[in-house]
Amino acid sequence: MILYELIDYDILRVIWWALLGVLLIGFALTDGFDMGVGALLPFVARSDIERRVAINTVGPVWEGNQVWFILGGGAIFAAWPPLYAVSFSGFYLAMFVVLAALIVRPVAFKYRSKRESATWRNAWDWALFAGGAVPALLFGVAVGNVLLGVPFYLTEDLMPMYEGSFYGKFLGLLHPFALLAGVVSLSMLLMHGAAWLLLKAEGPVATRARAIGVIAGCVAMGAYALAGLWLAFGIDGFALVQEPVASGPSNPLYSDVTREGSWLAAYTLRPWIAVAPVMGFLGMAMAIRGLRAGHEVATLLWSKMGITGVIASVGLTMFPFILPSTVDPNSSLTVWDASSSHQTLFIMLIVTLIFMPLILMYTAWVYKVLWGKVTEADVTENTHSVY
Amino acid sequence: MEFGLVELSRLQFALTAMYHFLFVPLTLGLSILVAIMETVYVMTNRPIWRQMTKFWGTLFGINFVLGVATGITMEFQFGMNWSYYSHYVGDIFGAPLAIEGLMAFFMEATFVGLFFFGWDKLSKVAHMIVTWLVALGSNFSALWILIANGWMQNPVGAEFNPDTMRMEMTSFFEVLFNEVAQAKFVHTVSAGYVTAAIFVLGVSALYLLQDRHKDLARRSIAVAAAFGLASALSVVLLGDESGYSASHTQKMKLAAIEAMWDTEPAPASFTLVGFPDQEARETHYAIHIPWAMGLIGTRSLTEEIPGINELVAESEAKIRRGIIAYDALMTIREQRGDAPAEARFVFEQNSDDLGYAFLLKKYIDDPREASEAQIKMAADDTVPGVFPLFWAFRIMVALGFSFIAVMLYFFVRASFYRMQFPRWSLYAAVAIIPTPWIAAEMGWFVAEFGRQPWTVDGVLPTALSASHLSIADLLITLAGFILFYSVLFVIEVSLMVKYIRKGPYQDVAETEAWQARHEHRLRTHDGQGPFASTPAE
Repeated sequence: MILYELIDYDILRVIWWALLGVLLIGFALTDGFDMGVGALLPFVARSDIERRVAINTVGPVWEGNQVWFILGGGAIFAAWPPLYAVSFSGFYLAMFVVLAALIVRPVAFKYRSKRESATWRNAWDWALFAGGAVPALLFGVAVGNVLLGVPFYLTEDLMPMYEGSFYGKFLGLLHPFALLAGVVSLSMLLMHGAAWLLLKAEGPVATRARAIGVIAGCVAMGAYALAGLWLAFGIDGFALVQEPVASGPSNPLYSDVTREGSWLAAYTLRPWIAVAPVMGFLGMAMAIRGLRAGHEVATLLWSKMGITGVIASVGLTMFPFILPSTVDPNSSLTVWDASSSHQTLFIMLIVTLIFMPLILMYTAWVYKVLWGKVTEADVTENTHSVY
Repeated sequence: MEFGLVELSRLQFALTAMYHFLFVPLTLGLSILVAIMETVYVMTNRPIWRQMTKFWGTLFGINFVLGVATGITMEFQFGMNWSYYSHYVGDIFGAPLAIEGLMAFFMEATFVGLFFFGWDKLSKVAHMIVTWLVALGSNFSALWILIANGWMQNPVGAEFNPDTMRMEMTSFFEVLFNEVAQAKFVHTVSAGYVTAAIFVLGVSALYLLQDRHKDLARRSIAVAAAFGLASALSVVLLGDESGYSASHTQKMKLAAIEAMWDTEPAPASFTLVGFPDQEARETHYAIHIPWAMGLIGTRSLTEEIPGINELVAESEAKIRRGIIAYDALMTIREQRGDAPAEARFVFEQNSDDLGYAFLLKKYIDDPREASEAQIKMAADDTVPGVFPLFWAFRIMVALGFSFIAVMLYFFVRASFYRMQFPRWSLYAAVAIIPTPWIAAEMGWFVAEFGRQPWTVDGVLPTALSASHLSIADLLITLAGFILFYSVLFVIEVSLMVKYIRKGPYQDVAETEAWQARHEHRLRTHDGQGPFASTPAE
C-alpha cells in the first residue's frame, strides 16, 4: 500500500507541526480557563457558596477540556517521538510536578463538595488553586526553556542524554527568561479564567474576577512585550547550516546546526508571521477593555484570540526548530528530522481528519446544553448533583 | 537483583500501572451497568430505576475520576522514564495512544460532565444516550490501549529502519488486528464487567443484610448477576483464547507460566500445582493433568509445545544472528547512504533478531565483542521469573472459575427463586468484593512480568529502554508517587464507604420533590409513551 505517498513527507511534517500547535492552543483555550478559574478561586470567591458557584462554572466541562492536553501528549508521542522522548525525560522533575498538579485537580473537583467539613473543603480549594496555577506557570517556563535551548544530546544510537547534575537540571529550568515566560502564561490564563467567570458567574464573583482579570491582562501584555525585547537583544537563536533535506529520514544527527543570530531573524525571512504577535497584543488589549466594560461573550473571544496569537508566535518564530540543544546543537530537533515515518504521519492525519470534526461538534453541543449562568440558587437546589 | 536505574524505573512503572488498574475495571463495567439501568428507566418510567442509575452513578463518579487522573501518569511515564523505548517504537506505539485520545477518551470525558450535570437540561432519551456514550468511550479507550499493549507482546507490522535507528510501521492493519490485542481486549473488558458485577452484587447484598433499600438491592442483584454471568464466561473463554495465541506468539511466556522446563511429547500435560525451581530448572511436588496443556495450548493432539530449555537454545541462536545484524548495522551507520549493498542485504536477512544482540548490552557495550559465556548468560536471561508467573496465573484462573460459580448461583436465585437469597450467600457476596481486583492485578502481572526481559518482545530489552536519569530523580518521584497515591487511595475508599453507607436516598426532601414532579409529568404526558421529550431530571 503506497497510499500514503499521496501527500509528500515534508508537507505531512508541516501539517503535523501545525496540528501540534492546534492541540496546544486548543488546550490553552479550553483547559486554560479551568486552570485560570482554579488559580483565581481563593481570590474571587470567599464564602463556600461563592466558591461552589465558581467551581460549578467549569464543573461539567473541565474533564473534556483536559483531554486536549492528554491528546497533545499522545499526538507528540505518535507524530514526534524524539520530541516526546527528550522533553518528557529531560524535564523529568518539572514534569512530575505538573503531573502531580494534574492529578490533584480532577480529584479536587470531584471530591471537594462530597463532605460538609470546612477544613476538608478548604484543603481541596487550595488543591484547586495549585492544580491551576502550577501547570499554568510551568508550561510557560517550559516554553521559555525551549527558546533558550535545552542541555541534551543524542548518542549515535539516538539515546537521549542530559548534561548537568539533577539539582542543576531542575533549578536550571528557572532561568530568569524562562520565569518571565512563566509569568506570561500564568497571567494570560488568569485573564482567560476571569473572562470565563464574567460570562458564567454573576454578583461579587464576577466583579472580583473582572478586577483581577484586568490586572492579569496588563501583566501578560507587559511580560510578553518584555520577552520579545529580551529575545531581540539577549538570547541567541539557532540556525541550520545547510539547506535541510525536508523529506529525509528522521535522524536529528544528519543535519548541522549552529547557534547564531537571533530567533527574531525569522521576522525578516517571513514577515507575514508578524500577524501572530499582533493578534496576541490586540486580543489581550481588547480582552482587558471587555473585562472593564463587562462585555461577556466578546471578552472571552478576544481573550481566546490573544492566547492563540501568543502561542502561535512562539512556534512560528522558532520554525523549523522544535527543541534546540545547547550542549550539542547538532542534536537539535527540527520539523525535518524529528517526526514519525511517512506512513504513520499519513495514517494519523486521516484519523485526525475523521475524529477532530466530530470532537468539535459534540464539544460545541455540550457547551450549548450548558449555556447560561451558574447561580447560587442552581447550586443550593441541586446540592447533591453538582460539585 | 540489585536496584539500579532500570529496576527503579520498572518498580515505578509497575506500581503506577497496577494502581491505575485498581480503578479502570470498575469504570469499564459500572459505566455499562449504569447505562443498562438508565435504559430500563427510560423504557419503564419507574422512578426506582432512576434512583439506581443515580446511586451507582455516584459511586461510578468517585471511582472514575481516579482512573482518569492516574491514567495521565501512564501517558507521561513512557516519555519520562522510558525515553529510549519512546524513541525506538514511538512510530508504532504512539499511534494507538493518540487514537485512543481522539476516538475514545475525548468522548468519554466530554459526556461524563453531562452525565452528572445534565439531568435537568436534557430529555430522558438524550441523557440515556449520553450515558451510553460514556460507557462506549471508556470501552473503546480500553481497545486502543490494549492494541498498544498487544503490540509490545507481539510486535507485528513493523520493521527496523537503520537510518532512523528505530522501528517503523509497515502495516497499520497488522497492528490493529494483532490477534494478541483482540483476545486481550475482550478478556480485559470482560474482567472489568465481572469486577463491576461483583461490586454491585456485594454492595446490594450488604443492603439486604442490613434490611434497607431492598427494592434497589434486589433489582441491582438481578442486573449484576445476569451481566456478571455472561462476563465471567467470556473472561474465561477469552483467557483461553489468549493462551492459545500465546502458544505461537509468546512461547517463552507460556512455557514459564506452565513451568514447562522440557518439551514433552504431544499432547503435553498441565501442571496443576507445584513449586518451580528456576536454578535447578525443575518443578518440585508437581501434580500433572495429562494431555490438558497440549489441548489448551495447541488445540491438537499432535502439536508440541516447546519447553523452556529448548527455547533458551533457540534464543542463543537468535543472539548469534542478532550479532551479525548488529555488525551490518554498524557498517550502514558509519557510511550512511554509501553503505555497500552487501551490508544492507546481510542486515535485512538478520534484522528480525537485532533485538537479541541488544540483550548483550547489559554485559558489554559492543555486542560483537561478547564472549561465549556472555552469550550464554544473555540466552538464560530470556527466561522470566517462573515461580511468580506460575502462581499468579493459577490464582487468577482459580478466581476466574469461581466467579462463574458465584454469578451462576445468584442468577439462578434471582431468576427462579423470586430473589430470595440465604443469608450465608449474602455474607459471601460481601466478602468476595475485593477478589476481582486481585484477579485483574494477577492478570496484568502475568502479562507484563511474563514479557521480561523485553519491553517489546524480541525487539527491545527492558534494560535498554529506560531514560538515563539519576537514581536521585527516581527516588524522589517514587517516594512522591507512593505518598501521593496512598493518600488518594485512603480518600477514595473513605468516600466510597461514606456514599455506600449513606445509601441511594441521598436527600429525602430532594427525592420526594422529584418524585412529585415525576408523577405529575407522568400524568400530564400520559399516552405519549416513554420517548416523549420530558426532562430526564
